[in-house]
Amino acid sequence: MARVNLILLIAVLLSALAAVSSNHRARKLVTEFEREQERMRALEVEWGQLQLEQSTWAAHARVEQIARDKLGMRPPRANQIIAIQP
Amino acid sequence: MRVSRSPLLVDRLPVWRARLVLGVLLAGSLALVGRSFYLQGIHKDFLIGKGESRYERVIEMPATRGRILDRNGDVLAISTPVKSVWAIPEDARLTPAQTRQLATLIDLDAREVTRKLAAERDFVYLKRQIAPDVATRIANLKLPGIHFQNEYRRYYPAGEVAAHMLGFTGAEDAGQEGIELALNGQLAGKSGSRRVIKDRRGQIVEDVESIHAPQEGKDTLLALDAKLQYLAYAQLKQAIAEHKAKAGGIVVLDARSGEVLALANLPTYNPNNRSKLSGAQLRNRAFTDTFEPGSTFKPFTVALALDKGQVRFDTPIQTAPGKLTIGTATIHDAHPHGVLSVAQVIQKSSNVGVSKLALNMSYEDMWTMFDSLGFGQPLKLGFPGEASGRLRPWKRWRQIEQATMSYGHGISVTLIQLARAYQVFARNGDLVPLSLARVDAPPAVGMRVFSEQTAREMRAMLEMAVQPGGTAPKAQVAGYRVAGKTGTAVKLEGGAYTNKYVSAFVGFAPVSDPRLIVAVMVDEPSVGGYYGGEVAAPVFSSVMGSALRALGVPPDDTPRPLQVANIVPPKEEM
Repeated sequence: MARVNLILLIAVLLSALAAVSSNHRARKLVTEFEREQERMRALEVEWGQLQLEQSTWAAHARVEQIARDKLGMRPPRANQIIAIQP
Repeated sequence: MRVSRSPLLVDRLPVWRARLVLGVLLAGSLALVGRSFYLQGIHKDFLIGKGESRYERVIEMPATRGRILDRNGDVLAISTPVKSVWAIPEDARLTPAQTRQLATLIDLDAREVTRKLAAERDFVYLKRQIAPDVATRIANLKLPGIHFQNEYRRYYPAGEVAAHMLGFTGAEDAGQEGIELALNGQLAGKSGSRRVIKDRRGQIVEDVESIHAPQEGKDTLLALDAKLQYLAYAQLKQAIAEHKAKAGGIVVLDARSGEVLALANLPTYNPNNRSKLSGAQLRNRAFTDTFEPGSTFKPFTVALALDKGQVRFDTPIQTAPGKLTIGTATIHDAHPHGVLSVAQVIQKSSNVGVSKLALNMSYEDMWTMFDSLGFGQPLKLGFPGEASGRLRPWKRWRQIEQATMSYGHGISVTLIQLARAYQVFARNGDLVPLSLARVDAPPAVGMRVFSEQTAREMRAMLEMAVQPGGTAPKAQVAGYRVAGKTGTAVKLEGGAYTNKYVSAFVGFAPVSDPRLIVAVMVDEPSVGGYYGGEVAAPVFSSVMGSALRALGVPPDDTPRPLQVANIVPPKEEM
């Protein structure tokens, strides 16, 4: 009788410890998950800012101005256009 | 001395005292057990709540407003997080040096900051919407009483180029103008919240429940083509500067799908910096301003006459002596012509010729045609303040009105309505609804207004109008066959005609298989002519030409200046 009780006691103790440790692991994983999500949000913000930056640099008005003023480009005149017939 | 001999124990105490103490102790412990049973068994929610509030937190989950993208995925509007700096003036006791540092960082005058911090309030905004890195630098100063708040700010990389089309959002991130308002429902996100458990370091250790899932705003793909939009805007701007005009508008439509590829108005504004805005800048003229379309209306009248079988394209019409008197009013032609064919009436833009055609029609037929072309009613694209234009009910028409309406006076339209109505010629006599969003499966056939035969004949006539002998040779585009019609209308102010003009041009290309419709309107040009053929047609020509080339539409014409390369297959060397 006493032996059965002892075994049961040990089993209960082990299971309790296991519960504690798994709960702890779960919390650690949640924290890690949240950190990753935070990182995702930060990356999304950065991606948005990069898109904004890209479209600002690539704005047609800016491209045209640089093409005209810095590179001295201009649209071809009608007689400079050669159409290639398929 | 032994305890039993202690004098205190000499007298035997009465038994009831021991009983009383025992009874009191028992009652006390019963009360405790009862109370704890009450708290933990019956009234437990209260304590559970109290306990949870020690470690549970409700977290806001912000949702971002959707991006607005052009048809090729280029960003036209995007929200990005920014910080607002606010202060509790009572806590913000800053040294002069700190105030100066802060003022430099938020780009304000030091005195201004001091004044704000002296306010008798619990909360003042020092600066709204600053870049996150600036906020970090301020936070590093560790100033007392200075706090930050997360917000979103909307940026428009295209700036003033697409301002009217896109509109903007207000402080609460709700659309106020343009697409931002028209499509606010799908763009706006809805922030959510969730309940979590945090440990003492403030890290989330358990996700309890999601109270509302956040709803991210949807990205919206517009029909707009950023490149065409820029071309249209730049050309219109140049023309307005050149002719010292008051205002102007331009619309580019896809003839096949009814998509609005570009829409620009001037004067305009920079949506990223709206500190000084006037009503004139904000006006989305293509939608909200009506004008008398003038001669750009003539093709509709002629098409109706052809459609009803009243005339053929070569039926002669006597327009001499260049004027026509109806009742007390007289209609004039700018230049008197003699006998003109119906096609020449369009080519030379004869008011008398068109009026004569109109006078043979019933009021009802003409009204029905204008109505089915969409005049007199708003397009209902969701733009704020969209005007419907004026088309009076036919029962109250008089003969002179019928005649003037046939050449676009006594009726008013918006530029976008006019551009849309030209679909009947660019397409095969039918109309499709306009779309602000990209259309991936365009409707093959729209609502029929004219027969295919009529549309084909009208295309030929409108092509004559831009050729030598027509009113707008300046609308020609090298390499492409274009067609269109000028309009020059005298402006009405307070019910009387003035000597101010609106010059317009509406046309489409390539004629062999129309792809684009471009409508240009220039309000009050004051230098270098005022005729549609002088002012608006060159804008049409340059926008249409660059747009067709940008879209890679194969040329359908080979006029003189254009060289055609003969591709000689390279001979193989033996």
